[in-house]
Amino acid sequence: MTEDVFTALADPTRRTILDLLASHGHGTATTLAAALPVSRPAVIKHLAVLDRAGLVAARRHGREVRFVVQSAPLLQTAAWMARLAAEWDARLAAVKALAETASGESSPAG
Amino acid sequence: MPTDTIEREIVIAAPVERVWEIVTEPEHMGRWFGDAGAEREGDVIRMRWEEHGEAELRIVRSERPSAFAYRWDANVGGIGDTLVEFTLAPEGDGTRLRVVESGFASLATSADEQERLREGNVGGWAHELGDLERYAATVAV
Repeated sequence: MTEDVFTALADPTRRTILDLLASHGHGTATTLAAALPVSRPAVIKHLAVLDRAGLVAARRHGREVRFVVQSAPLLQTAAWMARLAAEWDARLAAVKALAETASGESSPAG
Repeated sequence: MPTDTIEREIVIAAPVERVWEIVTEPEHMGRWFGDAGAEREGDVIRMRWEEHGEAELRIVRSERPSAFAYRWDANVGGIGDTLVEFTLAPEGDGTRLRVVESGFASLATSADEQERLREGNVGGWAHELGDLERYAATVAV
C-alpha cells in the first residue's frame, strides 16, 4: 500500500538501509547494523517495517537471511503521486480557462 | 529523497478576486473540480462527480483573496485526510495560483509510527531533496 511506503520512507534510518541494500545488492541485519549507528535488533525492526511496505524481500542463503530492495512499490507510489499531480495540473488549467473567460465577459467583482 | 507533497502552480490572466471566486465558490468548483456540482454548508463543501460519487471538503482556512485550504479524503478514501492549500498572489495584471496537497505520509499510520513522526524522525524529510520518482530510480534494481 502506498501509505505504508510513505510511512516506511519517513524514517532516515530506513532510507539509509534501502540505500545500503541498493548499493550492495543485498545485506543482512548484521552487515547493516555494522554500517549504521543502531543496534542489530533495531535494524531488524526497521527491516520488518520495510518488509510490510513491500520495499524489501528476505531470502535465505544457508544460515543467513539476506535482504534485497524491491523497487516495484516505490515505482507504483511514484506513479500514483505523478497521477495526482497530473490531476491538479488539469484542474488548475480548468480554473485558468474559467477565470480568463469570465473576467473578460463580466464586470469586475465588487 | 521522496516527498509526500504535491505542489503545482499556474499563472492566470485574471485578477486575484476573480480567481478566488473560481477556486472557492461551489458554483465554480462543481465545474473545474467536480463535474456534477457542489454545495456548501458552513465549512463543508460537498463535491459530486458523475462517476466517482461524492467527497466532503472541510474548509480549514479561508482568507480572501489569498489563502484557501481544506482537508479531504477523496484520494485515499477512508484511511485519512490530505490537506489541500491554495495560495493566490497578484502577478502583473494576473494571478499566480499555487496548490499544495500534503499529508500522504501520515495516512493510516499506526499509533507508534505517528509517535515517531511527532518525535521528529520525520523532520524535514519531505523537504530534503528530489522527488519520489528520482528516488525510486536510484534504488531500483
